[in-house]
Order: sequence, then structure tokens, then C-alpha cells
Amino acid sequence: MASKNRISRRTFTAGMGAAGIVAGTAPFNIISAQGAPLKVGVLLPRSGAQAGIGQDCQRGVDITAGILKDLKLPALQIMNGDTETNVEVARARAERLINEGAQLLIGAFDSGQSTAIAQVAEQKGIPYVINIAAAPPITEQGYKFVFRNFPTAPVILANAFENQIEIFKATGNAPKTAVFMHVNDTFGTAMQKGFTGTMARFADTPYKVLETIAYDGTARDLSVEVAKAKATNAEALVMVSRLNDAILITRELVKQRWSPKAVLSMGPGWYEDQYLKTLGKLGDGPMSFVPWYDPNKKLSKALEAALAKAHAGVNMNTNHVYTFEALLVAADAYKRAGSADPKALADAIRATNIKDNVSPGPGIQFDAKGQNSALKNSAIQNRGGKLVTIAPKEASNAKPEHPMKPYDKR
Amino acid sequence: MTTEVVLKIAISGVLTGLVYGLMALGLSVIFGVVRVVNFAHGEMMTIAMYLVIVFFSALGLDPLLMLVPISAVLFALGYLMQRAIINPFINRPEHSQFMLLVAVALIMVNALLLIFGPDSQGITTTYSFDSFDVGGIIIDAGKVYAAIAALIVAVALFAFFRLTLTGKAIRACADNYNGALVVGLDVKRLYSLTFGIGAACVGAAGTMLMIVTDVTPAIGPAYTLLAFVIVITGGLGSMPGAIVGGVLIGLTEALGGFFFTPSAKTMFSFAILVLVLLFRPQGIMGRKTA
Repeated sequence: MASKNRISRRTFTAGMGAAGIVAGTAPFNIISAQGAPLKVGVLLPRSGAQAGIGQDCQRGVDITAGILKDLKLPALQIMNGDTETNVEVARARAERLINEGAQLLIGAFDSGQSTAIAQVAEQKGIPYVINIAAAPPITEQGYKFVFRNFPTAPVILANAFENQIEIFKATGNAPKTAVFMHVNDTFGTAMQKGFTGTMARFADTPYKVLETIAYDGTARDLSVEVAKAKATNAEALVMVSRLNDAILITRELVKQRWSPKAVLSMGPGWYEDQYLKTLGKLGDGPMSFVPWYDPNKKLSKALEAALAKAHAGVNMNTNHVYTFEALLVAADAYKRAGSADPKALADAIRATNIKDNVSPGPGIQFDAKGQNSALKNSAIQNRGGKLVTIAPKEASNAKPEHPMKPYDKR
Repeated sequence: MTTEVVLKIAISGVLTGLVYGLMALGLSVIFGVVRVVNFAHGEMMTIAMYLVIVFFSALGLDPLLMLVPISAVLFALGYLMQRAIINPFINRPEHSQFMLLVAVALIMVNALLLIFGPDSQGITTTYSFDSFDVGGIIIDAGKVYAAIAALIVAVALFAFFRLTLTGKAIRACADNYNGALVVGLDVKRLYSLTFGIGAACVGAAGTMLMIVTDVTPAIGPAYTLLAFVIVITGGLGSMPGAIVGGVLIGLTEALGGFFFTPSAKTMFSFAILVLVLLFRPQGIMGRKTA
């Protein structure tokens, strides 16, 4: 027995050799990981129905490199992927990017597509930072590699009611009735499900909802939907929409000669540049209760300046901010992890504590589920083709204007 | 719900349906004569819609003034497509024709995406936000103009096929291919003319649709599908059937969306399609084949 356990000269030499190889190469691995840019697969709907928004998110990617350099964060090597606004394509593209060497994924604007990518990322053990997607279940699955720096639908709704109450108190004028219209995709349906329950929690909400109207976001004509909404005689129009439908609905409001006292949007569309550009002065007035940015933060000003330089005339919005912040999280985690090892990256993301950021709230941290639950949302209003932040007061740069100027008096 | 609101929605549905009918008319004409199903139909219409954007941006021309020139451009496109690409496939199996036209459609969508980008684009005319108040019923002015123009184009097309020699020759080709060859008609040229006329119809419909809606490159397939639903409902190859089908689908979607749920309004048009296929497979105005 004793002879079996004895270490021979040959074993000792082999062991020392192996240890030497490991010891000698390990530092090189670390140096290599820290020196080389992190390969980040950016999945966005660059074509299909959400192509416009996907391209807008890409602007956030375009302006990131310079800011990361200023912040002394490591460089990222961007690998682009197009989800084609399709859940199955999103899943396939995520797999392909990982096979091609992506060490971290970000994207994909849409809840359905993000859900599919999250499943792939978790299965393959590659960290995935969601830029924009609000459906709560994504971070309720117990995933270890999925992180979201974007508020969930219930948080968006809760903040929306808080901000609305603040605004109506400040203006001393509130609508008594409302009609709720929402797009019938994953996001719109999640928002609709949360809307009634959340509203019930805010006893100070001044209006009651007379009717809820779901509609197809890809519809070519929304005249029926608006006619149905107008027939309720509601004072306010509460919206959860996308861009194209927001434009179509506004046109119908004008054509059908209906000027609600307020248009209260709890989703994208109503604040986007294309909306403002297409509708001109008819685009003024709607308030959007959305994940936004704190205009008073230092990094917001830097991001705005970078956007103005790269894309003159483009107003900074949710798409740019949260796509940028997803990349910021990736670069920050890579720096702290000191390695592109997926587990080390995931652990570093989980330990994120970024105070110098853009979105409202105390900064970027993730809870045990991988969700940044400290995020705050803002209320913004369209004014003269620009966007001003009107609530919460501590992250605002203008006072709210309510009621909205009627369309026929502009 | 007041009667005014219901009437307003019904009128809106009929007006939209007339423009859809004109779009489907092009598909019906092509299928009725050439016996090729144009799977690039909606995509051709988006080309016409983008031409409106280009001319409107560059010259400030009203879509109503662009109706004839854009139809002419689409006629040329259709004529050349038939002559250069589709004629060699005329006697090939249907699945080959299908693949060819789907490929053409994909190329069109991606070319538009490259040229114009993915953003939704529209035009704002002097009457874009106008509406008529007829006894308390508010009617979209743009839809009224578009529907009137669609009706005029449809009537002109019927007159062409009934009253002109070329129109009669095309109908002869549709009725009896071999007979047309025997009497010395240049069938290939007539096929190209027919495809051109079908494309001109879709060009006119696209021009009119720009008055009431926006365009994105990705919207083509949805219009192709809509044209199929209308043509099958109205009767494959029947010109009046396309208009009737368009109006029926427009009306059904509008009233179905109003009385039930707007998000399911497309479902009602498919329900009509299923009913027609079950009880009158040849379509409302189609002829029964032996």
C-alpha cells in the first residue's frame, strides 16, 4: 500500500511540468482576456415591423464606443444580429451569434423576442443583458445568465400612475373619464393585464376607464378603433402603442374631430422622432410615461452630446438610453471580471453597482432575479417638436401643460 | 352606440374596400388571363407607394395628379416583368411560378428596405386631415377622393376590356388560349400587356392608398395576402368580383371590428373567405368550372 502512494521521481517531474504549464499560461489568459475586446452579440429587430425601432436602438450602439473609452472601460467588439421582428428568427440568430463566438448578448427591444433569446442564453450559459423588454416573466424563470436593466410592465404602470397624479395635482386640472387603447402584442397585452390592477392601487387616480379597446399593431387603418373610442365620450385617451399605430391614431383623432383633454401614453410611439417629424404641430401635447433618462445626470449630457454629434437632429430617447446602458453594463462587468469567461461575466454583472448612469433612479444594480428593480420612470411631453421631462419633479426640466390644445386650434 | 357612428364606420369600410378592390382587380386580371398567380402583388403596390413619396417629396405633386404617371410606370414594370421573367415560366409547373414570384417579391422588399430604410413613411396633403360632416356623419375626405379615383379606374378598365380591340383580344386569350393562337393573336405580347395592366391597377391603388395610410417595405406581403382574400372571395378571374370582394371585406372588417373587437377584425375577413370557400367555392361572382 505504502509503495502505491509514494510519489516517484517521474510522477513528480510530470506534476511539476503540468503545474508549470498551468502557472505559466494562466496570466497570459487573463492578459489576453483583458486586452481583447469583449465580443458582444447585439440582437435587434433591424427589419420587419419593428425595423424602425431596431435601427433607432442601433444609434445607441453607435455612440457607445467613445463614451466607454472616456469612462476608461474596456472596448467591445459588436457582432450584429437581426431578429427580423420574429421570435423564431431571434432564437436562431442568438444561437448563431453564440456559435460565432459572442461572449455576451444584448437586445432585443421586444418581450417576445427577448424571451426566446433568454432561453438560448440560459441553455448555452452565455450572459444576456436585455436592453428593452417589459414582460415580467422573463426575469421570473430563475435564470442565472439573464439580466434586465429595464422596468417591467407593472413598474412602468405604477410609475405612470404616480407621475400622472403628480402632474394633475400640479396643473389643478384632471380628466374624469378615459378610454384605454392598447396594441395586442406581448408587450401591449402584458400592460393591459397590469393596468386595471395597478390603477386600483392608486386611489388618487382622477379618471375611471369607460372602455378598453385592443387593436392589431400592424393594422393599416385604425379608423374603426378611434371611432369606437370617440363614441365613449371619454375626456382622456390612455394608450399603449407602437410607432406606426401612434401616427395612424393621431391622424384619425384629427380627421374624426376628437380632441381629448389628454393623451396619456404608457409605451413607445408618441414621443419618437418619426412621430414628431410626421405630424408636426399635431404631434404636440401627448404625455408619455416611459422609461426615460434623467436630463440632469452628467452621463445623460455626455450621451446627448455624442448622439447630437453622430446623428444631428435626433432626440435622445428610451431606445438609445437603454441600449447604451446594456452595453455599459457589459463593459463594466468585463472590466471587473477580468475575463470573458461566461460564469465570471455573469457573476460580475450580478454584482453591478453603477452610480454614474443615464436612466432615472439611484443607478444600475441587479437583484437575485437579474432585474434592476431600482429603476424609475419619467413623464415626458411633446412641445414644439422637442421632448421635455415633466415628472418626477426631481428628474424633470419643464412644467406640465394640461389640458392639451385642441387639434383644430393649432 | 348611435346610428351615426355605425353609419360612419360602414361608409369608411366601403370607401377603403373600393381601394382594396382596385388593388385586387389587378391580381384578378392577371390571373384571369395569364393564369399566373402574382405573389409579388402587394410588393408591387409598395413600389407605387414609394414612388408617391419620391414625387411628393421632390416635386410636391398631389397623389391624385400622380395617379396616371405612376400607373404608367407600374405598367412598364409589369410589362417588362412578364416579358423578361414570367413568360419563360408560363408552361412550367405552378410551384416553379410560385417560387419565381416569391423570389421577385423578396427582392422587391429588400431593395425598398435598402433604398428607403425601415421607417414608416407617409405624405401630408392639403386635405390629409380633412373630413366631411354629412348630417352628423363624419367622413374622411382622403378616403372619399381615393374611393372615387378607384371607381373611375375600375370603370375605365371595364370599358377597355369591353370596348377596345386590344381588350377583346386579351379576353379571347383568357377564354381560349389555343383559339387565340390559331386566329393569329400575339399571345405573348398580350400576356405582357395584361400583366402591365394588372400592375397599372395596383399602381393606381397604391397611389390612392398613400392618401389614407403610410408605407413601410415590410407591408407588401400583408397586401398580397389581402388581395388573395378579396379575389378568392369575389371570384378568381372575375373583375366585378374583385370590386365586390373588396367592398365586402372592407365593410366586414369595419363593422366586425366595431361590434366585436377591433384586434380581431382581420379574422372576420378570413371568416368570410372560409364561408365562401365552403358554400360557393368559385367565389361570389366567379364562374363554376367543370
